[in-house]
Amino acid sequence: MPAERLLPDTESQDLIELTREIAKQELEPHAAEYEAAERFPREQFRLLGRSGLLSLPYPEHWGGGAVPYETYLQVLEEIATAWMSVGVGLSVHTMSCYALAEYGSPEQQERWLPEMLGGELLGGYALSESQAGSDAAALSTRAVRDGADYLVTGAKAWITHGGEADYYTTMVRTAEGSEGISCLHVAGDTPGLTAAPPEKKMGLTGSTTTQLLFDGARVPADRLVGAEGQGLKIALSSLASGRLGIAACAVGLAQAALDEAVGYAKQRSQFGSPIIEFQGIEFLLADMAAAVESARATYLDAARRRDRGMPFARQSSVAKLIATDAAMRVTTDAVQVLGGAGYTRDFPVERYMREAKVPQIFEGTNQIQRMVIARQLRNG
Amino acid sequence: MTNIVVLVKQVPDTYSERKLAAGDNTLDREAADAVLDEINERAIEEALVIKEANEGEVTVVCVGPDRANDAIRKALSMGADKAVHVSDEALHGADILQTSKVLAKAVGTVEGVDLIIAGNEASDGRGGAVPAVLAELLGLPQLTHARKVTVEGGTVKVERETADEGITHLEASLPALISVNEKINEPRYPSFKGIMAAKKKPVEKLTAADLGLDGEVGLANAASTVLESAPKPPREAGQRVDDEGDGGVKVAEYLASQKLI
Repeated sequence: MPAERLLPDTESQDLIELTREIAKQELEPHAAEYEAAERFPREQFRLLGRSGLLSLPYPEHWGGGAVPYETYLQVLEEIATAWMSVGVGLSVHTMSCYALAEYGSPEQQERWLPEMLGGELLGGYALSESQAGSDAAALSTRAVRDGADYLVTGAKAWITHGGEADYYTTMVRTAEGSEGISCLHVAGDTPGLTAAPPEKKMGLTGSTTTQLLFDGARVPADRLVGAEGQGLKIALSSLASGRLGIAACAVGLAQAALDEAVGYAKQRSQFGSPIIEFQGIEFLLADMAAAVESARATYLDAARRRDRGMPFARQSSVAKLIATDAAMRVTTDAVQVLGGAGYTRDFPVERYMREAKVPQIFEGTNQIQRMVIARQLRNG
Repeated sequence: MTNIVVLVKQVPDTYSERKLAAGDNTLDREAADAVLDEINERAIEEALVIKEANEGEVTVVCVGPDRANDAIRKALSMGADKAVHVSDEALHGADILQTSKVLAKAVGTVEGVDLIIAGNEASDGRGGAVPAVLAELLGLPQLTHARKVTVEGGTVKVERETADEGITHLEASLPALISVNEKINEPRYPSFKGIMAAKKKPVEKLTAADLGLDGEVGLANAASTVLESAPKPPREAGQRVDDEGDGGVKVAEYLASQKLI
């Protein structure tokens, strides 16, 4: 059963209809096969791009859809329901455009944003390193000014779309300390930049995750986004919005697991009755539905604050924490509802369960989310 | 320059349960999700392809209740330029002949029409006669069941395909009416820009009275009415053939007994 949504206007409803049509016909039928084959769905991203779904929350002036986060996130949720790797990819792409859209100079924005939002290109976001995960400010990939360029050396880790993306929004060290981090808009084909072989992951196997190796990569200095030293601030504000995307994806994934579990429980009979009629199962399903719908309400509240220009960083962290923990629990329970069948790869719920783990970890672990929330409680 | 009218219809989604209203055996439109008929998406696609090659304007014409506006918006978001929507309670229960008359009048409000494109049959009523009746009423050549359409100058060429007659090649001078089958093309998805543009495109709303058909239409004046209906009987269990070396023969005998071979 599709999620019941309150949408702000007719255009948003039509947009959700379009998204469901594409999700049902072009994404969902291929998800299991691509995930099993660890195949990156590049052509599906192009279709989303042609349909205008890769640029929704950005201004029309640069080719974006100018839709509020309240609408964009629900589109994203629908896509994640059909195919989590594509949902996460869309969220990462959206985040990769954020730095330029918010901190770029008008010249940089005119030069790059139209093609980044045009639908043919895909972006990546490169902040983490193997020794700088939760402690992002410890990053050590270094950019040294050399004439009109920066020479970048170091290794970025856990990069979604690594080796596939057309550009990477990359945080580098230009001086010591947390004030010494800067943001570069790096083209994917920059000489000296290579992607390591993809990580062998538990889930989201259709999405590539790699290290990015910078070996004296020459990045023109006019690709510096914002001022030198502004990088950590850019990174953290990107993440506040990006976390809303992950919350929406997690809710979409949980919705898919709930739908699968309800469908199975209606047609599976034991002791002469469909198992959905047993309280042991129906209470499980009711708790799953409550988790999905409360998580959705939580991210939408944060999104509406963002759309109205109110502070939303704490609410974004709450949404990410609540939604991803809900998705882990709901997908695990979906496997329980399907029993032995759920543990096999003949049904999608074991995949959903594997896919639900990493949202508790990326874009700030849920422990980091608690730190963000607690810091606001202390300082607010 | 080819000005095209596309006939579109909102139908119950084939994924949902479709039924007739208990009182008058007309389609229960509230019982199911309503969508733009898929064959109409193909008709729109064909019109857009012709427009992109020859320029011109694509107008969608729809007869249906107010909620059919959703189907019209979808057609506009795919790229059609404007719409005429005939919506009137008086049309409730209209049959094929009446619907065709209404369509003929509605098409008549569009200026300079070179080509009318319809789906070959709607997925709800499945009468499949409206394109032919409409062509007769308008005095236009009808090129139905098209799987391929070519417009060159003042002529239209069509590859017509039916189960009974195979493929025939038809040609007519414009203006003409064609109906398309499901092999004609793969319709495009709307884009978000198309959705935003659609809300600014003109939709002219007309009543039966506006078309001079007041008192002539509706269930009371219909030439055909549905007296009763029964649900399709449940599918019976299939016949199982165990292959003991003669499986092929048994399958052939079964097919022969069903007059399939």
